Amino acid sequence: MSGAGAQEIDNICPAETGWPTGKGPIRVSTSEAAVREQLTRALRERDEEIADRWVALQLEQALLGTDISEAELREEADSLVDALVPGLESDVPADRVVTSHPGLHEAVVGLSMRRAQAGATPTATSLAVLALKEALLKAVQRETRDAEELFATAVFINRLLDVAGALSFETYVEGREEIIRRQSQQLMELSTPVVRLWKQVLAVPLIGTLDTARTQIVMENLLQAIQDHEALVAIIDITGVSTVDTAVAQHLMQTVNAVRLMGADCVISGIRPSIAQTIAQLGIDLSTILTRATLADALAAAIKLIDGPGPGGDAGESR
Amino acid sequence: MSEHRTVGVPILRLGDVLVTGLLNELDDRAAIAFTEELTARISAEGARGVLIDISRLEIIDSFVARTLMELTTVSRLLGARVIVAGMRPPVAITLVELGIELVGVETALNPEQGLAALGWRQAQEPLGGSRRGAAP
Repeated sequence: MSGAGAQEIDNICPAETGWPTGKGPIRVSTSEAAVREQLTRALRERDEEIADRWVALQLEQALLGTDISEAELREEADSLVDALVPGLESDVPADRVVTSHPGLHEAVVGLSMRRAQAGATPTATSLAVLALKEALLKAVQRETRDAEELFATAVFINRLLDVAGALSFETYVEGREEIIRRQSQQLMELSTPVVRLWKQVLAVPLIGTLDTARTQIVMENLLQAIQDHEALVAIIDITGVSTVDTAVAQHLMQTVNAVRLMGADCVISGIRPSIAQTIAQLGIDLSTILTRATLADALAAAIKLIDGPGPGGDAGESR
Repeated sequence: MSEHRTVGVPILRLGDVLVTGLLNELDDRAAIAFTEELTARISAEGARGVLIDISRLEIIDSFVARTLMELTTVSRLLGARVIVAGMRPPVAITLVELGIELVGVETALNPEQGLAALGWRQAQEPLGGSRRGAAP
């Protein structure tokens, strides 16, 4: 059909070297170079118009659901549209332009990041990026009325921007995961304080679940505090620990052993009846560890332990 | 107070307690020599307690751990109680994570508390709670 036309275009645009990879070699590739050319021209000449239209579309679709102002949208649109031109001028196949062109990649990633931080949904974010398709197509439509040409352009734009949509979604998810990671890190640091209850008595109130990472941090903090305060007894309070299974018990035992290696003693307190039952049912042996029901009992036991080796209770305490 | 130097680690005598320490570079031969010298001193001087300061150790491998355990057992047979003092937090964590247990080895936070556990503080108590006084 348009074989001759393709030949001509090829001659006109020798810069267009590789055919698009794999798909539709006959249908679309015939005029890919022309399409690029045309799109670039449209972007150059009508960049204002495209950006305007895109912003209008986003506002119209109410895709934002956030308080991103029109001015900000406009700025985003300008930078993305500007970045599209050099992206299109490179020789990269359409479906890789967005990911391989640094400026364009950055523009899409930046946009998605801002949306994610502003609290927009991932659907809204990628739909907003995809709305650019329509804006672009409208601009091209003003340049040409030829149906076949328009179709080729539409396919090209689709290929180009679907990747952008996917990328924005990916970035969005990554952004969210980053937030989650940071929060869990903060939670970890916040939730393992070592407090000094008495002369030479330290306590660690554990809250939540006790996994390997937590155990590690608790152990490090506790042992360091023992060394700093020259503590003789460390109380681990597990009132806030929701469940105890064999793994948690194992971690507790490890902590106790480490404390003992340091030359201090360890008391575990706050074992609730249900947890005590679980421990018994699971057959976990905590018999080598001094346990008490409440923190108060544990503190009393700890003070007794401190005074025990000394000659007199009062002397040891008032020192 | 006497001091011997065989493996570069001094063994001091304070009353009936022997005080010594381990350095980081403890190889097999040094460990054996250390054990031999220490046990010889215990039996020769009739020591009742031994304090080993390990605050300079940055690593305790299974060999050093076993040496410490053997030393404890041998000393107990000779009538002396061994206290290992001053283990660093990272060392303790590593030991626990490797599953190395110092079975039967008594530990203390620092040499001072180790000495107190061996009965040294009691001797000082009449001087008004001061931990460092003149030797009896």
